Amino acid sequence: MISRLSDDRSRAAIAASIERRRGDTRGLLFKTVLQMCLLITLALLAVLLVTVALDSTDQIGTRLWDFLQGTLRSRSTDERLGLHQGMYGSLWIAIIVAVLAFPVGIGAAVYLEEYAPRNRFTSFIEVNIRNLAGVPSVVYGLVGLALLLNGQIFGLDRFTGGSSALSGGITLAILVLPIVVITSGEAFRAVPIELREGAYGVGATKWEVIRTQVLPYAAPGILTGTLLSMARAVGEAAPLILVGAISGRLGDNPGLFDIGALTDQFTALPIVITSWTVQSGRDGGFTAAAAAAIVVLLVFVLMMNSAAILLRNRFEKKRG
Amino acid sequence: MSMTDEAPRLIERPVAASGEATPAPGMAPLATERDVVFQSQDVSVYYGSFRAVRDVTFDVPKNEIMALIGPSGCGKSTVLRCYNRMNDLIENARVTGSITYRGTDLYDERVDPVEVRRRIGMVFQKPNPFPKSIYDNVAYGPRVAGQKKGLDDIVENSLRKAALWEEVNDRLNDSALGLSGGQQQRLCIARAIAVGPDVLLMDEPCSALDPIATARIEDLMQEIKQDYTIMIVTHNMQQAARVSDTTAFFTADVRSENDTRTGILVEVDTTQKIFSNPSDERTENYVTGRFG
Repeated sequence: MISRLSDDRSRAAIAASIERRRGDTRGLLFKTVLQMCLLITLALLAVLLVTVALDSTDQIGTRLWDFLQGTLRSRSTDERLGLHQGMYGSLWIAIIVAVLAFPVGIGAAVYLEEYAPRNRFTSFIEVNIRNLAGVPSVVYGLVGLALLLNGQIFGLDRFTGGSSALSGGITLAILVLPIVVITSGEAFRAVPIELREGAYGVGATKWEVIRTQVLPYAAPGILTGTLLSMARAVGEAAPLILVGAISGRLGDNPGLFDIGALTDQFTALPIVITSWTVQSGRDGGFTAAAAAAIVVLLVFVLMMNSAAILLRNRFEKKRG
Repeated sequence: MSMTDEAPRLIERPVAASGEATPAPGMAPLATERDVVFQSQDVSVYYGSFRAVRDVTFDVPKNEIMALIGPSGCGKSTVLRCYNRMNDLIENARVTGSITYRGTDLYDERVDPVEVRRRIGMVFQKPNPFPKSIYDNVAYGPRVAGQKKGLDDIVENSLRKAALWEEVNDRLNDSALGLSGGQQQRLCIARAIAVGPDVLLMDEPCSALDPIATARIEDLMQEIKQDYTIMIVTHNMQQAARVSDTTAFFTADVRSENDTRTGILVEVDTTQKIFSNPSDERTENYVTGRFG
């Protein structure tokens, strides 16, 4: 038996040998820097949100319903001042983007990932799509201008009514198309090879593998990507300026779901925000109106992102 | 439900009556004492210009278990995947030589790989149940084959054959991903059985399983071999010795001058002979544990 004394001594030696000797200063410093980065991000965002919310109280706090129902006016004190036309434009831009960009973009991604042979030509195409996703949005405005307004190709201006919500929606659909192709393509690439092999192994055709395994598995990823791209489209102003979104002299308020107004002159929330901010120089009351419009746009985008998250969770649950 | 006696119907287009070389029914069997399901002749597999496996020639007898063994990188999985045209899914893979399945060349241009895979099922290394219910996993194959009626019976029979029915019959609608690894692998066997195949190819089916689950799968293989011909790739020599009737030993031929490894078949014989008295020295070294 070991004596108690030596037992105690060796225990003390072991305890000393595993004792913490120096503080991990560098690690601590690194962690602090990272925390600061996060803090700066959050602080900027908080300042933005708080100032906007405070500025907007004049409109949102006192006459929210009228503000949502009203139209573009030249004076901020006009009791009919409001956002309805901007909401109509943004809502329909979002819908048109969803209807046009999603099926085409997802379809292109399915072809590229699942059917197209891997060779120089297809990787050249892929690189180009990635580049297109980074092209400044104003360039897409020029595309919309040439294609949909000036009727330089196919005479599409007769169909779109020239400068209209339809033209704006199509332009922004073209803008987000590369993003949809890329995010969907990544979702397809993330489908485990084991799933595909399992399905092929029991005699599924390529189409059946894609329909029953690849698409359901990739659905959450596709959904997140596409809805985020829709949020981006709704926030764009520059391309809409080029396709002729205007900030005044619009006709009567169309109903939110009045499809006939799609080919009329239009505006959208980012345009309204820009224009009201510009006007606040001569008429201070527009500051509150612009802030209120920002709040509405933020709520709109937030709703879309929440929908994306909810739908993604549902699909993910489904895939197990 | 056995399809083993049906004539192969792999070819979509009807064979011209003007004398294709398919043996007439009732013709004398081949000059071997056992029925042969597969015959491979000088099979090589290329990935691009790289030859992964070369000149593999052997027969696979009916209703037996054939084990493919050998060290890592000797191409045994690659060879296995030739038998249900799984290599077709790899873009630059190419198979030369000939593999016949009951007399029909599997790589004939009239052969539809989808039909091949319905007759020659596969169980993979990692259990790969679909993220669906247990029922839908088993019914998947029959459904893609266009079957709508009698699925309940197929699911039950397949799960019974795979020795899984007792464990899951009260939760067929639960997700298959909730099963244990061993149960998932038996589910994958049930899924393969459900399409009524003739052959099962198993690519290291127990490598991700614990010994108890492994033993269950091995028992299962013995039970179902009267209905199916089974080819199994395994890293585990004891497993090959336990379960198989015949064994093919592969090794890698390493060329040091250009640093390439090509899989070659060393010898094929009864499992007993391979493990007790192999003809080739390389086989003996491998099965006695001196290399690999």
